[in-house]
Amino acid sequence: MTTDFGSMLFVFVLATFIGLGVVRRVSRLLHTPLMSITNAISAIAVVGSIVVTGADHPLVIRILGAIALFASMTNIVSGFLITDRMLKMFKKR
Amino acid sequence: MRAISELSAILATGLFIFALNWMNDPKTARRGVYAGVIGMTVAVLATWIQPEIVHHGWIIGAIALGFLVGVPLSRVPLTAVPQRTALSHAFGGLAAGLVGAAEYFLWRGGSSGVEMTHFRMGALCAEVILGFLTFTGSLMAAGKLQEVKWIPQRPVTYPGQNVVNIGALAIAVGLAVAVVLHPGAPWAQQAFLAIVVLALIFGVFLIIPIGGADMPTVISILNAYAGLSAVAMGFVLDSKLLVTAGALDGSSGLILSIIMCRAMNRSFTNVLFGAFGKAQPALVAGEQKVWKQETVEGAAQLLEQAQNVVIIPGYGMAVAQAQHKVAELYEALTKRGITVKFAIHPVAGRMPGHMNVLLAEANIPYSALVEMDEINPEMPHTDVALVLGANDVVNPAARYAKATPIYGMPIIDADKAKTVLAVKRSKNPGFAGIDNELYTLDNTWMLFGDAKAILSELVKQFSAAGVH
Repeated sequence: MTTDFGSMLFVFVLATFIGLGVVRRVSRLLHTPLMSITNAISAIAVVGSIVVTGADHPLVIRILGAIALFASMTNIVSGFLITDRMLKMFKKR
Repeated sequence: MRAISELSAILATGLFIFALNWMNDPKTARRGVYAGVIGMTVAVLATWIQPEIVHHGWIIGAIALGFLVGVPLSRVPLTAVPQRTALSHAFGGLAAGLVGAAEYFLWRGGSSGVEMTHFRMGALCAEVILGFLTFTGSLMAAGKLQEVKWIPQRPVTYPGQNVVNIGALAIAVGLAVAVVLHPGAPWAQQAFLAIVVLALIFGVFLIIPIGGADMPTVISILNAYAGLSAVAMGFVLDSKLLVTAGALDGSSGLILSIIMCRAMNRSFTNVLFGAFGKAQPALVAGEQKVWKQETVEGAAQLLEQAQNVVIIPGYGMAVAQAQHKVAELYEALTKRGITVKFAIHPVAGRMPGHMNVLLAEANIPYSALVEMDEINPEMPHTDVALVLGANDVVNPAARYAKATPIYGMPIIDADKAKTVLAVKRSKNPGFAGIDNELYTLDNTWMLFGDAKAILSELVKQFSAAGVH
């Protein structure tokens, strides 16, 4: 398995441009919910934690993974819930 | 199995981009949350069903704990949202740092599935440094925002501070370079641990000299770091999904940081190394100007005769828990046919967009919330500007007083309104320690006291027969 880091950097650059373009258009009203939802989304690190926790690794490694998994999961749950809670409050009248 | 994981990654990436895209309008924004949740669930399940995952109990346990802590964290009062956000940056950083450390030790133990190229090892070191410095830095920021007793609120500075800070980071980066060049050397493991410790310490050092006024910027910068650490993790694990999601988070943090810096007329370096909020030399005071005080009855009359009113809220309003009273005043005035708008300065709250959320919670429709650049051209036609717990963001000295820390900061032009009513707790100067000449202008009337009490009185004037 070779590292094709060229294509990874390529993905990073493109994703950053998409991110800048999309975030720039986010309503200024919603910058707090924006931060909580991007936080929940970047907790996609959960997939890395699942692999480290769940595969047949030495115990210490799995403990590190489980703490990381707990931290990411907390971010996912609280991030999406609080974003929705805040967004519900924005009413046009 | 591999195909499922690849396809689900593409699906999740698409959903995440849509999630952010829908945030451009409050009408569609909640759709974004659902898209995000679906994307996340798909990604988690697709990883979980991979054949190498055998310890399911561990995963279930950690996920259950995450729910146990995450649900209460999502129910905090909205004034505490900045702390919660800082805490979640800390968790994000911790997860990245720990996964990075685990990957390193797996590779040392010879049981890692991935080949450790220089690029991967470099990314791994970046992940660990960014992750752990975000962890402690965000914990410090959360502590400062929560006003935890043993974390000093005021900026802590000492001579040579910047040298120490940059030195700690430089040593960590130097060690990282050494580890990348000789990953298998006998000393590399110790060097790796030293990197972890230095990153943890650097995170603390980075936040100690930063004061309360800069917290909106700091939270945004930490947001970008948390995103970048996820990107680095993606490089290490060869996961395009992680790289994309991290890049979205990172670019959002970057944009918010730029907006916050512009709103305070400061640069990144100035925020991180400038120790804002230190005792500033007092302005060379001219003759002592006098305040003109107004009674609640008089203020009610001024408001009643106005055709349009702009309310300028500051964090002082939230501290006094006056949002709901503001909403009542808004109702009373609107019912009388008076146009009421809220002028929102980008740093009015303690994180980007905070003030909007606080006012939305009090049932003020978002169409009445107007940002600074849009409201300023309207200020000269405004009959009454009501300043509520805001101070530095309406100080005209920002336009010309070069010696003050707020010089150059864009402000809401409250002074251009025909009449200014300013509610202020006491006669002390604001956060930046500067006198506010807005309060002594000819067309300004002061109302001294607790914002909530004054607003209740005002609302009473409108509901009773006090004003006709």
